[in-house]
Order: sequence, then C-alpha cells, then structure tokens
Amino acid sequence: MSKLNSNIPAGELTQKWTKYKSSVPLVNPANKRSLEVIVVGSGLAGASAAATLAEMGYKVKCFCFQDSPRRAHSIAAQGGINAAKNYQNDGDSTYRLFYDTIKGGDYRAREANVHRLAEVSANIIDQCVAQGVPLAREYGGLLDNRSFGGTQVQRTFYAAGQTGQQLLLGAYSALERQVGMGKVQMYTRHEMLDVVVIDGKARGIIARNLITGELERHFGHAVVLGTGGYGNVFYLSTNAMGSNVTAAWKVHKKGAFFANPCYTQIHPTCIPVSGDHQSKLTLMSESLRNDGRIWVPKKKDDPRKPSDIPEDERDYYLERRYPAFGNLVPRDVASRAAKERCDAGYGVGASKLAVYLDFKANTERYGRIEASKAGNHNPDKETCMRLGTAVIKEKYGNLFDMYAQITGENPYETPMRIYPAVHYTMGGVWVDYDLMTTIPGLYCTGEANFSDHGANRLGASALMQGLADGYFVLPYTIGSYLSKEIATKPIPTDHPAFVEAENEVKATIDKFLSINGTKSVDHFHKRLGHIMWEKCGMARNREGLTQAIKEIQDLRKEFWADVKVPGSADEFNPELEKAHRVADFIELGELMCIDALNREESCGGHFREEHQTEEGEAKRDDENFAYVAAWEYKGVSEFELHKEELNYENIKVAQRNYK
Amino acid sequence: MSTGNMNLTLQVWRQKNSKSAGKLVDYKLSDISPDMSFLEMFDVLNEQLITKGEEPVVFDHDCREGICGMCSMFINGQPHGPKDLVTTCQLHMRSFKDGDTIVVEPWRAKAFPVIKDLAVDRSAFDRVIAAGGFVSVNTGNAQDANNLPIPKSKADAAFEAAACIGCGACVATCKNASAMLFVSAKISQLALLPQGQPERYRRVQSMVAQMDEEGFGNCTNTGACEAECPKGISLENIARMNRDYLSAKFISEEEV
Repeated sequence: MSKLNSNIPAGELTQKWTKYKSSVPLVNPANKRSLEVIVVGSGLAGASAAATLAEMGYKVKCFCFQDSPRRAHSIAAQGGINAAKNYQNDGDSTYRLFYDTIKGGDYRAREANVHRLAEVSANIIDQCVAQGVPLAREYGGLLDNRSFGGTQVQRTFYAAGQTGQQLLLGAYSALERQVGMGKVQMYTRHEMLDVVVIDGKARGIIARNLITGELERHFGHAVVLGTGGYGNVFYLSTNAMGSNVTAAWKVHKKGAFFANPCYTQIHPTCIPVSGDHQSKLTLMSESLRNDGRIWVPKKKDDPRKPSDIPEDERDYYLERRYPAFGNLVPRDVASRAAKERCDAGYGVGASKLAVYLDFKANTERYGRIEASKAGNHNPDKETCMRLGTAVIKEKYGNLFDMYAQITGENPYETPMRIYPAVHYTMGGVWVDYDLMTTIPGLYCTGEANFSDHGANRLGASALMQGLADGYFVLPYTIGSYLSKEIATKPIPTDHPAFVEAENEVKATIDKFLSINGTKSVDHFHKRLGHIMWEKCGMARNREGLTQAIKEIQDLRKEFWADVKVPGSADEFNPELEKAHRVADFIELGELMCIDALNREESCGGHFREEHQTEEGEAKRDDENFAYVAAWEYKGVSEFELHKEELNYENIKVAQRNYK
Repeated sequence: MSTGNMNLTLQVWRQKNSKSAGKLVDYKLSDISPDMSFLEMFDVLNEQLITKGEEPVVFDHDCREGICGMCSMFINGQPHGPKDLVTTCQLHMRSFKDGDTIVVEPWRAKAFPVIKDLAVDRSAFDRVIAAGGFVSVNTGNAQDANNLPIPKSKADAAFEAAACIGCGACVATCKNASAMLFVSAKISQLALLPQGQPERYRRVQSMVAQMDEEGFGNCTNTGACEAECPKGISLENIARMNRDYLSAKFISEEEV
C-alpha cells in the first residue's frame, strides 16, 4: 500500500487546485524549448494536451493509429458536455456538479480530482467557443443547454447530436495549427507498442509505422497517454473498431498500475443486436431520454404493435420505480432496469432483448407549443404531431436518421427499440492528482485513466474530463515533473533500453506471424467478448467470474497456438494490428474478472448479484471496499492488489437514491 | 436473422502497395444478410480469405457509425455507394439485390495516393487545415462564452458547414478531383462566426494556396460533390469561399 500516493494537495477542497496552480514549479521559455513530450492518442484528451503543451513552448510529438487525428473516437460522442455555468439560472454551481459526479460515480471517485474537474468545466466551454466550435444557441444568441441523466439542472452544452465531433474538430484545429507552425510533429498511422523506461522513468516509446511496418524509437522527457478506453474487450461495444487497450496495457506490464478495471459502463440506450454478423453497436444518445419515455408492455410476450398497445397497458418502469428522476436516472440504473424487465419476459422485438423508447407524448407536447406560438390554441392531434415532429427533428435529426438507416424502421412513426450496450470504461491506468502513473514521467489522461468517474460515469462527463485533462490540468501538472528535468539531455535512441524494447516488440510480431494457425484474430476476439459479456457484463457473480477466468486463460493458450495472422511485418497489415490488440484484450479481460471477483460489493456499473438490496439496487460495502483497486502486473495471470483508500471529507456518503 | 440469403459477386480493387499496379479481382459471396452493413459484408469476405490462406482486403474504417470519416469505398461508381447521405459503414445490404455484381474501388485522386487495396492517403486534408483552418487562440485566454452572443441562424449555418467529416468523397467524385467542398466548409464555418473574423482573409488565401499545392483540381461547378456528400455539405460554401478569396485580393496587405 505504501507504493500508492495520490499526492492530493493539503488544504480545503475548494482551494486545493487554486493553491496548486500558484505554487507548482514553472519552466522558463528557453528550457521548455528543449524539453520533449510524447503524446500518444489524438482524441479530446490527447489532441488538447498536445496543442496546449506546444502553445506553451514544449517540443511535442503526437501519435495516432488512424489516418488523421480527427478520426479519434471522441468524434462519435453525441449528446453533450457538462459545465457548471449556471446559464439557465437553475441553481447550478461548481459544488453541485462536483456532488452530482461523486454521487453518480457511486462514491468511488476521488473528491479532489472531481472538484478540480468541476472547477475547470466552465473554462472548457469558454475555450471551445473561442475556437469557433458551433455549440447550440437560443434565439437570443446565447448558449443553449439540455438535461442529462443523474442531475436535476440543465448544464449540458451540445451541438445537435454531434457534440463530440465539434469539440474534437476544435481540438484538432488547435493541434493542426501547432503542426503547421512546426511545434508539434504529428505521426499518423503509427501505433505505440511499448514504453521505454530508463532508470525508472518513462523516456520514450516504440511505435510501429503502420504503412511500412517499420519499428521506430522516439525519445521524450515525458510520455502522455490519451489512448481512450477498453470497451472493445467485449468485442461488441459502441467503441470504434480500432479502439484498443494496447498502449495502456503495455505501460501496465512495464510497471504502471491498472485501477478498477471491472468498472465498465453499459449504456442503456443502444440499437439492439440484430445478428451474428454484427461488428459493433450503435449508441442512441442519452439526450433522447429528455424527450423519450421508456416502456415495455405490461403483458408478457405481447404480440401487438407498440402503437396498438393502449396507455394503461404500458409499463413506464423508470417513471414507476424512480419518480424523482424518471427517465433521466443514471446509466447504470437505467441499464439494469431494462435488463430486469427483459429477463422477466417483458422484452420486445424479435430477440425480446429490447425495450421501447417512445417520443410520441413529447412530440405532441412540442406540437401544441408550436401551434400556440402560431396562434392556434386548439390544435387537433394531427397538427400537433406534424409540428412536433419538426421540433424533434431539429433536436435529434441525425440520431433518428442513423436509427432508420441501421434498423430499416422509421422512429418518427414507431418507438425506437433499444437495449444496453458496452460504452465506456471508468477503470484505467492509475494516476495521482498530477495525472502521473506509477511510472515517473508517464502520464495518463482522458478515458484511459481511472480518475474521475468512480464506478459509474454520468452522461456528458467524458467530454468534460477529456478536455479538462488536456487543456487545463496536465499542462500545469506536467511542469511539476519537467521542471526537474531541465538538465536532462535527450537520450540517444541507441540506448540499450530502446534496443531491448524494440527487440521485444519485434519478437512478438515474429511470433504472431509464425503461428500460422487455423483461426482469424476476430474469431478469438468474438469468443473473448462472449465470455466477458455473459460473465463480466451487466450482472456478475462469483461462480461466473471464476469460470470466466479459467475460460480466458484457456482462450489465451489457444490464441497463441492457433491464431492465423496473414501477410508480413513490413507492410500495411491490419490483421497484425488486430493481433496485438486482441492479445492485450485477452490479458486485460482476465484482470477485469479478477477485479470483479475481488470487489465483493455492488457499486455503479459493477453489479454483483450477491450484493443487492431487496429492491434490486446496488448494495455497496463502504466499510470494506471504499478503495481504489490498483493492480500491479507481476507476470502472466499474476497481479498484486494495492489499495488507495477513498476519504470523503466534504460529501456525506449515502446510498444513492433517485426515487 | 443472423444469416441471409443474398448471393453477390464482388469486383474489388487489389493493389499491393503505392508503387505496384492494381487490378479488379472477382469474389463470390453467399448467404449475405440484408441487415449487414456494407463493411460487415467485407468482414465476411475477409474472414473467408483468411481461412483460405489468402490476404484479406485492406480498407479504412473505424467508428462504423458514420461520423469519423475514415471509411472510403467507391461503390459502383459512387463514393459511399448508392444511398444518399450515408457513409459506406452506414450503407446496408438491403440497398442491394440478390445476384448483384458490385464493383468496389478506392478513392481516385492525384492528391489521395492508394496505400494498399482500398485504403488511400488523405493526409493532404490535414495539411490544408494546418495552413489556416483554425482560430488562433491559445488555451487559457478565452472570455466567458456568453459574452459573445451569436445569432442562432449564424450559429446553425456554421454548424452545418462544420458537420463535414473529412472523408474525401467530394474529391473522389469530382471529375477534377477538386477539394473545394471540403476546404470551403471549414472556411465557411469560421467566416460565419465572429471568432473567425480577424483571420478571415488570411485564412482563405493560405488554405486555398495549400489546396493547390497538394494537387487538387479546380472547381467547374458540376455539383457532384454536393450530390455525393454523406453529410449534405452545401455548394453555397464554395460560393462563400470564392467570394472571400476574391475580396481578399482587394484588401490591402495590412488588413489581411
């Protein structure tokens, strides 16, 4: 336990960050020019960090595996970004955003980190608007807000259903500006395959040029990972096909602790699985729960079309169970409630693994308002629906189009069918208050770290955290480390540590190509995903997890004996890329199950069937599990647990109540 | 529901690398489900090729929900295939018929060299953005966001231009391989907003210069780019860019 020091500054919660900023050591401009920082990943966290560090004067190299930094999966975030602006005058404040986030995370996040996040949230909106990010506005020209789950205020800023796209393009443009000025060297279609540690400090990376296959050595005085989450361990998730854990897993194996891996977020509103061919799942934004009501028929296996089922034969189960928050309960609660109904036999659609998300009532309500604005105070139903549909279309048009495209159904006429799917991972590389991992000089930002969301992330908080880390936190905290590195000369990349790391990577690649087995990488990935979803998904139990660990170990052996990776190492070879990623997912999957087995409580996204209240809600065990589980890699299938105790000095810990 | 009954013939462009010559190769596929996306159909093909010991077809893709802009197939002579306003990853096999022959090629443009099979190099787009597709504001200098009211109509118009996903379909479909729709979308977004004004004329000049340097062709107003754009980016943006480009010429050096 002695190894973990969260380095939270002393003092009163609301003053910690302010004091930190005014006392953190500075690096003068001349020294910044000779300090090199490697940033891996170009999503919200990576791109914003790379751009800001370069603006400050550091020499930056930024890496992404996609063909352009603009492709990073942050681009797909739909609904919005939270900020404690209180523009709606509904009583919002930094404290309330802090409180909602801690409570939403089921009291498993660090107070100091989350308060800092809430403090800088307002700066993010200012920064993005200054960059020309076209966030949604009201007719008066001011910024618009909407509601998201787990809150009772409207603090979510958005750009239609494409908020992530617009924010990422803002960060991307800031990054490209620095690229144009020669202050960031951008390496696209490059994948980090190891970190280089010299004298206990992170000093560089080994990256593979995905086009030529060449292995490259890159030195940095510090290395920053902003490489996203590991939801693809489940094979089917809302992540992009290329989203992976490889960079995070490689640093884990070199000494960085991995925290709370079992905390995964299953998003309640995704388009249901339609068949075995499916390669990914598509999210329908949480913002839809502003205007969509979730229900199932009161009768089991009701064969009627949804429109033929009368009001009093519908079970609006979220409104029934959680009257105070209704359809806007947090994601973990909404997902479990959907699973409960489907498991009990009330599911809809061909697979019976879906519930309805119905916009009819609110479409009619909007239509009535629009008719009234036009002077028609007694509109008929048809007029209401016509006018209301236009309003719904403006708010969520792209999401409705996407739904229609994927399912072949028209959601303006019939309710959407939705079901939970893997979406986000709260766990990740352990970091201290400075966002530094247990390897000095190695930092981790955004979804890749574990820090701010506890056991469950609230909607519209991922974009907030990614940009908070990259624009406003890391650029300060990294100075604390780099100020002590001004005398360190760049280490030549023929240093034995670079040579050794490159040789290890090369050996792994050679191994993949030499197995010449009978099954594709995807074959193993699908099987891993199946184990994870069935036994480490929305509900977990001791027996299932114990089985899963064994099954994953067997799968790993089979993978290394029977995988087929075609092509060669010195060319563009996407199958080889996938082989690296799936090999790492298999190892991570085992750790996730070990962590889930260790955590004998239910909290947030981690639901152990043995630990629930009489009403089926998650039952925490604060006495024994109010800690961060940080795992140290000790060898294949061997992990040592370190505990970081969580102390709540400002918030009274309670059972979450959304009733 | 998992397996379907469509039988297809694919003619796919195979090219080892940027230096070698390529050719169309025929593949037969059976039991394709109409619920599959076009890329999932390619997953099936690749799984079969790998099992047979052949090299799978390389194609770019990532988010598979129509927003990252990475997928890029030229299908039966149309970028992203026959359906309007969708990317290849959101094109489903129900848009095709049993027995169809489908020709799949990479984007073709001098500025987008083929890397392998169906994957092309679109880094020219990044360099055009790096030349001026931004507002020069460093982190930490921003005023309160609501100190700058922007009329909703302007904000909405800027958003519509900003919805471009940078996929390059506009270039691929243009007989001149012009990138005007892509470049003008970014220029318009920033020209419509007050934040973009200080650099407005400098921006249009430097981005257009970079666009020319990358080897993209000129615009002859055929409108194919707008017709094929999966995000419905409007030709009006090109008109706006041309207007600003012309205006920039009449503005004195100091003002630019």
